[in-house]
Amino acid sequence: MAQGCALSTTFTTGIMGPSQLLQRGSSAAVAPSMASPSQSQKWNLSRNVVAVMAPPQPQQRSPASTGSVKHAMTVTEKILAKASDKERLSPGENVWVNVDTLMTHDVCGPGTIGIFKREFGEDAKVWDREKIILIPDHYIFTADERANRNVDILRDFAKEQNIKYFYDITDKSDFKANPDYKGVCHVALAQEGHCRPGEVLFGTDSHTCNAGAFGQFATGIGNTDAGFIFGTGKLLVKVPPTLRFRLEGEMPPYLLAKDLILQIIGEISVSGATYKAMEFCGSAVDAMTMEDRMTICNMIVEAGGKNGVVAADKVTFQYLEGKTTVPYEPVYSDDSASYLEEYVFDVSKLEPLVAKPHSPDNRDTARACKDVKIDRVYIGSCTGGKTEDFMAAAKILAASGDSVKVPTFLVPATQKVWLDLYTLKVPGTDKTPAEIFAAAGCDTPTSPSCGACLGGPRDTYARLNEPKVCVSTTNRNFPGRMGHKEGQIYLASPFTAAASALTGYVTDPRDFL
Amino acid sequence: MALCTTTTSCISVASFVASSSIIRRDSRTSCAARVGNVQALSSSAQYSKFGGSRLEIRLAGKGCGGQKTSGVRAMSSSDVEKESGSSRVIHGQCFVVGDNIDTDQIIPAEYLTLVPSKPDEYEKLGSYAMIGLPAELGRFIEEGETKTKYAVMIAGDNFGCGSSREHAPVAMGASGVRAVVAESYARIFFRNSVATGELYPVESENRVFHENSTGDTVTVDLDNNVLINHTKGKTFPLKPIGDAGPVIEAGGIFAYARKTGMIAAK
Repeated sequence: MAQGCALSTTFTTGIMGPSQLLQRGSSAAVAPSMASPSQSQKWNLSRNVVAVMAPPQPQQRSPASTGSVKHAMTVTEKILAKASDKERLSPGENVWVNVDTLMTHDVCGPGTIGIFKREFGEDAKVWDREKIILIPDHYIFTADERANRNVDILRDFAKEQNIKYFYDITDKSDFKANPDYKGVCHVALAQEGHCRPGEVLFGTDSHTCNAGAFGQFATGIGNTDAGFIFGTGKLLVKVPPTLRFRLEGEMPPYLLAKDLILQIIGEISVSGATYKAMEFCGSAVDAMTMEDRMTICNMIVEAGGKNGVVAADKVTFQYLEGKTTVPYEPVYSDDSASYLEEYVFDVSKLEPLVAKPHSPDNRDTARACKDVKIDRVYIGSCTGGKTEDFMAAAKILAASGDSVKVPTFLVPATQKVWLDLYTLKVPGTDKTPAEIFAAAGCDTPTSPSCGACLGGPRDTYARLNEPKVCVSTTNRNFPGRMGHKEGQIYLASPFTAAASALTGYVTDPRDFL
Repeated sequence: MALCTTTTSCISVASFVASSSIIRRDSRTSCAARVGNVQALSSSAQYSKFGGSRLEIRLAGKGCGGQKTSGVRAMSSSDVEKESGSSRVIHGQCFVVGDNIDTDQIIPAEYLTLVPSKPDEYEKLGSYAMIGLPAELGRFIEEGETKTKYAVMIAGDNFGCGSSREHAPVAMGASGVRAVVAESYARIFFRNSVATGELYPVESENRVFHENSTGDTVTVDLDNNVLINHTKGKTFPLKPIGDAGPVIEAGGIFAYARKTGMIAAK
C-alpha cells in the first residue's frame, strides 16, 4: 500500500538551487500582495532558504489497459469520495458528505444550538448523539457571566439531547476536580480517540484542521453550517485541489515541527493555500510523532488552507491503540494522483524561525531578531501547548540551568498534558518538566484551556492587557490576537520560546543546545 | 440621488460591455470555485439572474441593520417572492481597509461570548464590528452609535482570514454593512457570509482598495458587476457573485433551501 509519498511518474523534482527558486518564487509567491512590506521581506528571505516547487504537473490521466479509466486520487479526494458514496471525485466537485464527527465548543456551540433549534424546531433531535462532541475550552476560568452562561448552554443541550461526549466542567476553582473536563478541543479530540484515519470531521473552530494529522479530512466551519449538520449529519463541500509538501531529510536537533510550518506559511503566504488541501509527506514527516504532525496540520489554516493531511502510518496506529474502539479505514494518495503544486523542503537546511508581528507569514529567522527585546513568553494552545511542546521547552531550560529573564506563562492544552508535566521525566534529566519550570522561575502551569492565545475575557490568565512584546508558541499574531491591539506577538517553536525566555530577547535555541 | 446613481451605473456598465465577455468567462470559473460551497444548492434554483429590471437603491447604514433579526434577515415568504429576480444594488458610504483583515480585527475574541442567534446579543455584536482595527483607520461606528454609517467595506487580499467565528460576518451584517468588496476572501469567512446571508462578499477584478477612500459614496451593483465610486468618479469591475447571490438574497442557506423547496417550509 502506498503510504508516504511516492513520486508521481509524471514528473520528478528535487532540491533546486537558489537561482531556480527565484524563478519559481517570482511567478508564484509574489503576485497576490506585492504592496505589503512583509511580502517584500519574505521575498528577500526566500533567497536564503532551500524551498522549491516542482514545475506544474501535467493533469493527464492514462487509460488503464482494461479500457476503463483509472482515476487516481489524493487522500483528501478519497476521503471525500468515500464520505459521499462516490467512486471517484475531482477537485472542484461539490458533494454532500456524511459527517463522522462534529465538534463544537463554548464559543460557537451556543450559536450553533440556537440555529439548530430555530431551523429544526425546539423539540428537534440531533442526527446522532454519539457523533457530536461538545468541548468547553475557550473561556472557562473567567468571572465573565456570559462566558459562564455559554458553558451552561452546552450542558443543558448535552442533557436534553443525551450527547455522549460532553467534556464538562462544573468546579472552576479546581479543574482537577472535574474528571470529565479535558481542555483545548483539538488536542482533546486526539487524546480521546475522536480523530480517526479516513473519516470526516468538522468543527466550529478554524484549527479543527489539526486532526488532518490522523489522515482524515478535518476543517473548520461556522455556526450555520454546524447547525445544519446537527440536524442532518451532512454538509455540502467543494473538493479542494491539493498542494503537496514533501519534507525531506533529517530534522536537526534544534528544529521543531513549528519551524517547518512557519517556513511553509512564510513561503506561500497567509492566503497561499486558500481553498486548497495541504498534504504533507516525505522522510521528515515519516519520522514525526503524532504531536509533530498535529502542529503542522494545525496551522495550515494560517496559510488559508481548507484541510491539512498526513497519511496514516504505524505512528498513527500506535497512537490510536487503546484510544478508540471505532473501526476506521485509512486511505492513501495514489502514486499518480494529481497535485496542483508540489513544494520540496530539505529540512536539514532550515533554521529556527519566528513569525513577526502582525502576520503568521511575516517570517524571519530567530537569530535575525536577536535584538528584539521581549516582555514575556507564552507556551500553550492547541498549536504549542501539547506534552512534547512543554518537554521541548523544558529541555532548553534544563540545558541552560539558568532562570528565565521575563515572565513565562505555561498553559497546558489539556488535563492530560498538565498531568504529563508532573509525571514524565524530561529526557536526559531526572526531573519532570514542572520541576524544571519551577527551578527556572516560570509561572506554575495553569488550568488547561485556550487561555490567552486568543485574548478572551479581560481576566484571562496571561492575556496581553498592555502593549507588550510576547514570544508565543501559539498560532496567530494578528493585531489584538492576545488582547491588546498594539501587543506584538512573535510566533515561535517551544525551543525558541524557551531560549527567548532565558535571555529576554528573541533567541535562536542553538545558543542553548 | 437615487436616480442619478442609476444613470451613472448604466453608463458605466456600458463602458464595460466590451471586456465583459472575457471577464465573465474567467471570473465565472473562479467564482464557481469560491461559490462552490453553495453551487449544488442552486441547481434547482428558479430565479432570473439578470432579469431584474428594477434597480433597488437601498441606502444602507443606520436603520438598515434593523431589517435583520437573530442573525438572519427578517424576511417573510412574501418578501422572498418579491425579492426573487430582483437586482441587487447597494449604495452608501464605504470604509476602506487593506490586506489580511483577520477575524480578530473584525470582532475581537473578548466579544465572542455574545451568541449571534440571540436577537439582543446579535445587535450588540453589531455595535462592536471592526473594533479591532488599528485606530488610524478611523471609527467604523461612531461614538454612542450601534450601527455603522458605512454600507460597503472595501478591502484588499484575504479578507476575513483567521478564525472560523461566524460572529465576524454576523457582526458586520448586524452593524449595517451590506457588502464587502475585496480582492479575495479567506475561505471560511466567505462561506459564513453566504451561509448566514449577512452580507455580500464580492470580489473585485483588480486591486482597488487604494483607489477608494473611507467616506466616499459608492454603489455596488451586483447585476452589472461594478463598483462605482461617485466621489472619485471611478468605476471598478467586480467578479460576479454567481450562485451565492440568491442564497444571500434569501437570507442564508436555510432560507434559501426553504424558498427553493430543498427543505420543507416552516
